[in-house]
Amino acid sequence: MRELALNILDIVMNSVEAGASRIIVAIDERASANRLCVRIRDNGRGMNEEMVQRVLDPFVTTRTTRSVGMGLSMLRQIARQCGGDLTIRSQPGRGTLVTTMFQLDSLNRPPIGDMAESIVNLILGSLDVHFFYAHKTDAGSFTFDSFWLFGRMAERNCQIVEMTSPAKKYIKEKLKSIASKAIGSA
Amino acid sequence: MKTLADLRAVKEKAKQEMAMREQSAKYRISVAMGTCGIAAGARNVMSAILDEISKRGIQDAAVSQTGCLGCCDQEPLVQVTGADNNTITYSKVSPETARQIIADHVQAGRVVSEHVFNMG
Ligand SMILES: Nc1ncnc2c1ncn2[C@@H]1O[C@H](COP(=O)(O)OP(=O)(O)OP(=O)(O)O)[C@@H](O)[C@H]1O
Ligand SMILES: [Mg+2]
Repeated sequence: MRELALNILDIVMNSVEAGASRIIVAIDERASANRLCVRIRDNGRGMNEEMVQRVLDPFVTTRTTRSVGMGLSMLRQIARQCGGDLTIRSQPGRGTLVTTMFQLDSLNRPPIGDMAESIVNLILGSLDVHFFYAHKTDAGSFTFDSFWLFGRMAERNCQIVEMTSPAKKYIKEKLKSIASKAIGSA
Repeated sequence: MKTLADLRAVKEKAKQEMAMREQSAKYRISVAMGTCGIAAGARNVMSAILDEISKRGIQDAAVSQTGCLGCCDQEPLVQVTGADNNTITYSKVSPETARQIIADHVQAGRVVSEHVFNMG
């Protein structure tokens, strides 16, 4: 995958599939600390200690459709190639936190890519999940709540799909306003 | 500025509308978003579907995403389920094909036969 926004979409899909009703995606870009941190937190079914240990092995999946899981192990590999790592904290019945760190200036680091596409598509494809997206840089911070879409939909008295492109545009503009000049996130 | 209670009410109302739409939707469209699907371009397929439904003002379609369906070499996969609960699976769907599926299948009721995949 050529953009981290696609890996993030993939990891969030694990949360959706774990039956989460609340999912938080928090990105922290710190040029000053040469660090990029991505946290994905959900209140889904969670995993026990043994599963957490095993899940980073690419041959572990609870999918019945095929015998290998790739999402988490792939992202961990990318993170490690960028002087970072991926860690998982989880509690059965309570939820999961996946934290991925990268050295911001690592030449191996894929660009963050199009977060607006990933987040808005996730919201539209799982309307019963409450999504929260927070993005911080040295230049400022931006938060987006999936309520925003429902609020605007009610105001405009339109269908939720009609909010797709205004929401993407809105997020893109906000992200641009906090883009750190040092790295250029897209 | 909306109060928290207002927001909650908005959300509840939206949720109810969603549930109603889901039930009354003539077509349910589902995009496979496992790692394999995403790597093959499922995100842009999803974007094309949302955009085309919005542009055409289609009212009776519900869109959702699922995990891997087990045919990773056929991704991106899109499934369209009609009111009769009959599901058609499309494979190797590009954003252009996705738009065609919305126009022909979902709006006009004509299956896009050249892209149908038989899951067996
Ligand atoms: N947020 C989560 N909550 C609960 N279980 C999870 C979560 N994330 C991952 N898991 C478990 O870890 C397994 C491995 O996840 P991973 O993303 O690596 O592969 P996968 O989802 O099974 O397949 P793929 O991502 O390749 O489509 C999952 O099958 C699931 O059982
Ligand atoms: Mg996965």
